[in-house]
Amino acid sequence: MIKLEARPQPSKLMSIASPLLALAVTVVIGVLLFMMLGKDPVRGLQMFFVEPVKNLYQISELSIKATPLILIALGLAVCYRSNVWNIGAEGQFVVGALAAGWVAMQAGPDTAWMGKGIVVLVLLAGVLGGMFWAGIVALLRDRFNANEILVSLMLVYVAEMVLSYLVYGPWKDPQGYNFPQTITFLADTRIPRLVPNLRAHIGVIIAVVAVGLFWLFLFRTYRGFALQVGGLAPAAARYAGFSSRSALWTALLISGGMAGLAGGLEAAGPLGQLSPYVPAGYGFAAIIVAYVGRLHPVGIIFSGLLMSMFYIGGELAQSRMGLPKSLTGVFQGLLLFTLLAADTLIHYRVRWQRAAPAVKAA
Amino acid sequence: MDSFALLLAATFNAGTVLALAGIGLLINERAGIINLGAEGMMLVAAIAGFATAVGTGNDWLAFGAGAVAGALMAAAFGLLVIWLNTNQVASGLALSLFGAGFSAFVGIGFVQAKIGERTQYAVPVLADIPFIGPAFFRQHPMVYITVLLVAGVAWFLYRSRAGLVLRAVGESPESAHALGYPVRRIRMAAVMLGGAMCGVAGAYLSVVYTPLWVEGMVAGKGWIALALTTFATWRPARILLGAYLFGGVTMLQFHLQGQGVEIPSQFLSMLPYVATIVVLVLISRNAAWIKANMPASLGKPFFPGS
Repeated sequence: MIKLEARPQPSKLMSIASPLLALAVTVVIGVLLFMMLGKDPVRGLQMFFVEPVKNLYQISELSIKATPLILIALGLAVCYRSNVWNIGAEGQFVVGALAAGWVAMQAGPDTAWMGKGIVVLVLLAGVLGGMFWAGIVALLRDRFNANEILVSLMLVYVAEMVLSYLVYGPWKDPQGYNFPQTITFLADTRIPRLVPNLRAHIGVIIAVVAVGLFWLFLFRTYRGFALQVGGLAPAAARYAGFSSRSALWTALLISGGMAGLAGGLEAAGPLGQLSPYVPAGYGFAAIIVAYVGRLHPVGIIFSGLLMSMFYIGGELAQSRMGLPKSLTGVFQGLLLFTLLAADTLIHYRVRWQRAAPAVKAA
Repeated sequence: MDSFALLLAATFNAGTVLALAGIGLLINERAGIINLGAEGMMLVAAIAGFATAVGTGNDWLAFGAGAVAGALMAAAFGLLVIWLNTNQVASGLALSLFGAGFSAFVGIGFVQAKIGERTQYAVPVLADIPFIGPAFFRQHPMVYITVLLVAGVAWFLYRSRAGLVLRAVGESPESAHALGYPVRRIRMAAVMLGGAMCGVAGAYLSVVYTPLWVEGMVAGKGWIALALTTFATWRPARILLGAYLFGGVTMLQFHLQGQGVEIPSQFLSMLPYVATIVVLVLISRNAAWIKANMPASLGKPFFPGS
């Protein structure tokens, strides 16, 4: 019989090994799935793990997916470490895109003097939009004790409806042949690319800088420390005088701001206009990214890249092997599920006991 | 008047989905487990039920398939949170994310599929009464079964010994354990039963309510059902009330659209979600009251010997 035995202290080795173990299990299930579907599993794995990093073009595409995932996951890591359950990053992403898009659409001859500088305003609007949407959650939790999980999730649907209303209604491009989309943003407002001809943009640099800043905030500042104490031991935090209200607001505003920033980058970057296709599920996938990355900024880089490979792999598996694109979602969900199971090994040791009648130890 | 009767009928139809899922989640939460995977379980059950209905043409087999799918999903969740002691919030989220992906993957062949002509149900005699007939007595039998089911759960929780044990497990697993009750097995049974009910809700949605399969068709109803348990302060009868209330809000949007009200459709579609937020705010405002009603060990893991 298998028995779990509590470890005297959490295993450091296991906390790094468990994401790898989860990935291994997910891959094994993936291979079985490919075989069941009558597809060559080696070719299937190639689509997910080799093709996305095969050449510069693919790596650039990978960075476009990884940037929003990493940015959003960084904010969520702060939230989850503070025991604040924001699961509505998708909605904050959409509102960030809306705010950034609105600023981008105001650009014209009057703003030409700003040149490329207007991009700063566009992104700032994105951050504020995301903060505003997450701020509603914080307000309702703080003032009325309303569960932040449900409120943040409900606001995702509301945000998507607002987006839909705007692009089908007042913001629709009058010359757009009645398609539900806004005008294409002026060149000045678009996120600068890293190199010509590739879609990778400066969001990559922003993400790398953000990783550093979040590491500093979480592990080198008093405020970051106070937040985490509140998450791990609320009673101790109260005793130490750390305000749980300020932790709630800080965590939600930071994560909302990051999701909004990602939304702004997406709208004024690869998309270049607003349409019903703004929400692409990054806000939900980032929850998995945050967890698989151990809620640690450096870990999030790796898990963000891995999750982007799942995205690209799913698209390639669709176009080249005729597999449904939703395979991505299956693998992402499986990864988080197996990770949570594998995480048990951090706190517990597995013991095999003989089923034979055991002598009762005193 | 006739359109109002139809609105009422549609309200009960929509409310049935929420009531089934809500009462299942209530059983979970009464045993101390919060399962945020409701949305995922309902999605997987919706496609399982729909596929069965396409294959067999039988609603009841479809509900059965939905129940099995929901229970299996819940079992995976239960294994993690009850036996491996994982975080309930994160594990439930994982179940929802996995269910969304998995149902889309499995359902790809059923997007265009249709199930046969729906049977028109009518309770003899009563269905012919003007107004009352079309409003209350021309529903799928599942609508009435759901009401009975909620009554059954209320009886089980408050009038049976097993229900008392279940509630004890949710209030104080340590005491129940000390008394010799197998806490983890009871929780597992509650989780699977709750999953099965969410499964029937998902199958009802895709087989009777819509009836078709679209990716992500549950559209937040699993989350609204979760909010219902708070709204109901964990009482079965109030789940039913809340479910019909939300069913009414959902239907109101179509009703208003039909009446040609000059509000953009997107704002009407927002109604159920905004209503959920408003209701949560109103109910949760009194923190002490919520605390007094909530199962004391809700969301807290129980791991004997740790």
